Amino acid sequence: MIRTLAKSVREYKKPSILSPIFVSIEVILECLMPLVIMQFIGKINPSDSASTEGVQMSTILIYGGILIGMALLSLASGTLSGRFAARASAGFAKNLRKDMYYAIQDYSFSNIDKFSTSSLVTRQTTDVTNVQMAYMMIIRVAIRCPLMLIFSLAMAFTVNVTISWIFVALVPVLAAVLVVVIIKTHPIFVRVFNKYDNMNRSVRENIKGIRVVKSFVREDFEKQKFENASEDVCKDFTLAERIMAVNAPVMQFCIWLSFLLIFLIASLLTAHNPANPVGEEKLTVLIMYASQILSAVMQLSMVLVMIIIARTSAERIVEVLKEKSNIISPENAVKEVKNGDILFENVSFKYSKNAEKFALEGVNLHIKSGQTIGILGGTGASKSTLVNLIPRLYDTTEGAVYVGGVNVKDYDLETLRNKVAMVLQKNVLFSGTIKDNLRWGKEDATDEEMLRVCKLACADDFIQAFPDKYDTYIEQGGTNVSGGQKQRLCIARALLKDPKVLILDDSTSAVDTKTDAMIRKSFREEIPNVTKIIIAQRVSSVQDADQIIVMDGGKINAVGTHEELLASNEIYREVYYSQNKVSSATEGGAAHE
Amino acid sequence: MSKQNMAMQGKPKIHTFKLLGRLLSYLFHYYKLRLIAVFICIMITAAAGISSSVFLNLVIQQIIDPLRGGAAWEEIRSDLILIIGGMGLMYIIALAASFFYNQTMAVVTQGFLRHVRNDMFARMESLPIRYFDTHTHGDIMSTYTNDTDALRQLISMSIPQVYYSIVASLVLFVIMLLMSLWLMFVVFFGVALMAVVAKYVGSRSARYFIRQQEAIGKTEGYVEEMMGGQKVIKVFCHEERAKEDFDKINDQLCDASDKANAYGNILMPAVMNIGHFAFVLVAIVAGLLVLFGAENFSVTGWGVLTGATIATFLNMSRQFSLNIGQVSMQINSVVMGLAGAGRIFELLDEQPEQDEGYVTLVNAKIDGDGNITECAERTGKWAWRHPHQADGSVTYTELKGDIRLLDVDFGYVPEKIVLHNVSIYAKPGQKIAFVGATGAGKTTITNLLNRFYDIADGKIRYDGININKIKKADLRRSMGIVLQDTNLFTGTIMENIRYGKLDATDEECIEAAKLANAHDFITRLPEGYNTVLRHEASNLSQGQRQLISIARAAVADPPVMILDEATSSIDTRTEALVQKGMDALMQGRTVFVIAHRLSTIQNSDAIMVLDHGRIIERGSHDQLIAQKGVYYQLYTGAFELE
Repeated sequence: MIRTLAKSVREYKKPSILSPIFVSIEVILECLMPLVIMQFIGKINPSDSASTEGVQMSTILIYGGILIGMALLSLASGTLSGRFAARASAGFAKNLRKDMYYAIQDYSFSNIDKFSTSSLVTRQTTDVTNVQMAYMMIIRVAIRCPLMLIFSLAMAFTVNVTISWIFVALVPVLAAVLVVVIIKTHPIFVRVFNKYDNMNRSVRENIKGIRVVKSFVREDFEKQKFENASEDVCKDFTLAERIMAVNAPVMQFCIWLSFLLIFLIASLLTAHNPANPVGEEKLTVLIMYASQILSAVMQLSMVLVMIIIARTSAERIVEVLKEKSNIISPENAVKEVKNGDILFENVSFKYSKNAEKFALEGVNLHIKSGQTIGILGGTGASKSTLVNLIPRLYDTTEGAVYVGGVNVKDYDLETLRNKVAMVLQKNVLFSGTIKDNLRWGKEDATDEEMLRVCKLACADDFIQAFPDKYDTYIEQGGTNVSGGQKQRLCIARALLKDPKVLILDDSTSAVDTKTDAMIRKSFREEIPNVTKIIIAQRVSSVQDADQIIVMDGGKINAVGTHEELLASNEIYREVYYSQNKVSSATEGGAAHE
Repeated sequence: MSKQNMAMQGKPKIHTFKLLGRLLSYLFHYYKLRLIAVFICIMITAAAGISSSVFLNLVIQQIIDPLRGGAAWEEIRSDLILIIGGMGLMYIIALAASFFYNQTMAVVTQGFLRHVRNDMFARMESLPIRYFDTHTHGDIMSTYTNDTDALRQLISMSIPQVYYSIVASLVLFVIMLLMSLWLMFVVFFGVALMAVVAKYVGSRSARYFIRQQEAIGKTEGYVEEMMGGQKVIKVFCHEERAKEDFDKINDQLCDASDKANAYGNILMPAVMNIGHFAFVLVAIVAGLLVLFGAENFSVTGWGVLTGATIATFLNMSRQFSLNIGQVSMQINSVVMGLAGAGRIFELLDEQPEQDEGYVTLVNAKIDGDGNITECAERTGKWAWRHPHQADGSVTYTELKGDIRLLDVDFGYVPEKIVLHNVSIYAKPGQKIAFVGATGAGKTTITNLLNRFYDIADGKIRYDGININKIKKADLRRSMGIVLQDTNLFTGTIMENIRYGKLDATDEECIEAAKLANAHDFITRLPEGYNTVLRHEASNLSQGQRQLISIARAAVADPPVMILDEATSSIDTRTEALVQKGMDALMQGRTVFVIAHRLSTIQNSDAIMVLDHGRIIERGSHDQLIAQKGVYYQLYTGAFELE
């Protein structure tokens, strides 16, 4: 895991190394300074027998100079290490996000299916932030604390050996308590975060479903439900926080006990040997070391917690980074699609290797270039699955698909997907102007080209009705255009690719029947050579196709024209009559217009 | 830049103290005694923490110096026992106080957060629909998550820490006054320097932190859009462009994060090292004082500067800088916490839905002569209980489902009227359909019926009673609603159906499911009615979810039903199934239907064609077809419903 993550450090290796170096310098200075101060106090101490010759101006200047120099150097190193740690961790986080995002861009559809959108977003935001914080801690605090501990202890020993043993004894006591606290609280936190999520989900459901709540007059019921959930969360959080709240008093206990013992032992030592007293200078310094050592242990425990939190996040990040696309362009790929001829040869398909059932089974199909094909079938009949194989969004499990006489696996992916334009069922427009969105189909498309495809897709009329016309800004998720308008824009966008095959996966469901018919008419007249595959719910959308494929349960149930199927196919007939039962009388009237 | 500075620091300051004051009084409201105890205990702990300097002074003066001077151990021993004993006692008391306040704060913080959450939720539930229509769900949600988290940090860490530091600084100040004014000035100089640096670095850190949050928000929004459209990106081979765009936003975030953390990281070493300066400065000044044999001066009078005093001061100057360091580390969480508190108060300050209704819905018995008597048990009959303020009498009207809209005008904002002169007469058991483009006002009318919004002009009468007189809860209870967005709740299918009538038995729920045509598919699920719906019921198809929501409305058994685009996002084959359930549900009720597919409303008693808030055509299907007007055009596909 660490190796995968470490690859993302890259250009931020330098700050990543400089930060611990500077922090080490800072620690060494911070540990040496008390020693110098000790000597300084010894020199200026009016009651010290050693300074009988009196305090010298030069002593003050020299020591003062040295100390200020040390403080300056320490300030500089501390600042620099902080600076570098920030740069290294922010850069590392940037690279992690980038590597993940890039990896996801290279995912195939089956890779994408494995992760939910919201989980991919969390991984690129919250999880990266967690790892970033942990990384910053590791290259700074996690270096600083152990060094601080060791140096302070060593220095303390040079001051007074007997008293220093107090620290050696207290460190494991404090460390043990902190570790126990972490071990005790971690499972509670894991548990409570689940409950916390549940509580927040209940809030989300209430916000979304407020009309339902209010219509059924369930405000009090929901309040009760929420109060139970929040009570539950509160209980666990309180428990965890109370265990954590032991930290502070224990820390204080250790520090104060060390002070007490320092004073006591210092007095005893001085009494034992008045010629070598533990004077004020030594006491001051020992007190400093005591708090430095113990707070280093404390901070170390905080780093530990941070790393524990970040570990789960790191695992989730690595999962994304390690997921490799299974669909890539072959070497010596074919870079030209000759025509829109499509052939399915004994094609079977499963969404995952372990799936019991084939989503698509034994499909043999030939679509001639320029034909219009309709596909009909209920939910779960695998209509989308079938067409997804043509631009090689998924690879077949068995058998092969040919476009223009060439196996799709031999094509350069970009060539294939540009010539086989797919309008997805769950389609999205992106925030930006209509033109921005259309240019997805062709980056350097001219205004005339855009106008042409929008007319083809019957989108020009409503675009012209917008005040900003083609420069109308589309909100995220396309919320400011209606479903039918969105679908037509999506079709226009696909048409800009100038494809040889055009696949509409239920892409006119929100468009009214008349416009739907007009779109099909313009397809017939304007792009006769393009193979058109139309998946639809409405029989009227496919009625006039050259061939209609009826799908059922992952298999082709029947292929034929409208008349043939109406005469021979049970499913087709059922669907047709369910839709035309009441409207057949007026449908005839409309045709006369 | 300077303008921005002023904008950031000028006005909000007053605001900040107001917020803090309100937050504290909110806290005290729930935990007055405990908080007072906590404040006293923190005081004790802080004083004890500082006392180490005093004891250091005592030990040097009373023990070490005499010993050094050749005093006998026996003379000193009792003093030592006294000092160490006193110190020990003080520490024991302080430890008890510290343990108490840390534990109490843990309980108070979490308990308070629970209160805040419950208060927010209770308030949210009471808010009018308008609030939810005018605030994004993400914003409301983030009050519960981000803002509450920030509040936790503020209450559990920052407030006690800042208070502790203030107390400790005050105690230090007093001790310094007692010991040496000269050295105190030196320490103050250092402290002032630290404060300036802490404020400079701290405010920058806070500013960049907020900028970082914004950058994170932007990145999140972008990533969310891209991840949602990932398949489109693949289909259009748009990967390289997507990468380029991402890099730009990612770089911005990196930059903001770098700066925010850099200032954050610099804060502590800067303050601590200035502390070292102050420390060294104290030593130098002390040395100079000793060198020139200057007299020490304190509030207790003139005296000799002793080694003990110097050592104590050095220790105190270190304690001072530690305190300031601790406070400066809290700047970010104070800024974020108060901002969060501000948003939480905003939600709590929202005006709840007003209700002046006094007509209530009661169970009723109706005898052969049509006399209505109120009763406690469920009879299957309902009546409006109408008390008359004038003479104190009470009349009862049977609940039938007769709804009339008379010349209703309405606008979501007063300046923009979206419904004009709408009049509708729905007799009990009739089916009324609304047809029209998006924004024509179909859903708006249904919003008025159950008073999600109140009309601007005109009247709505329910069984002859002005609906403004009916208690909202009772009004809504008498109407069932099925929306396009099913909004099922996490829980079992049984629980979701029971939502319509909380005291419904399992049998009643199953009966309702059968009526809604949902029973078949439910029993085919491995867990049947105990199937748990998760993640907005994504384990069911849209059609199945809709069937459950119809069953939910069915179990409530209201005399009036509103069906708002209930079948729009279902494929036609499933729709046939759902339609059967709906037809069964509509039997014998007054029904208002909004539908995209005209086939579902043909058998309505009356169809209203709406355009820009006006009813432009009304009549039965056959009448409207014969009229050859807008409805006819819609029906024949010459017009588009958008």
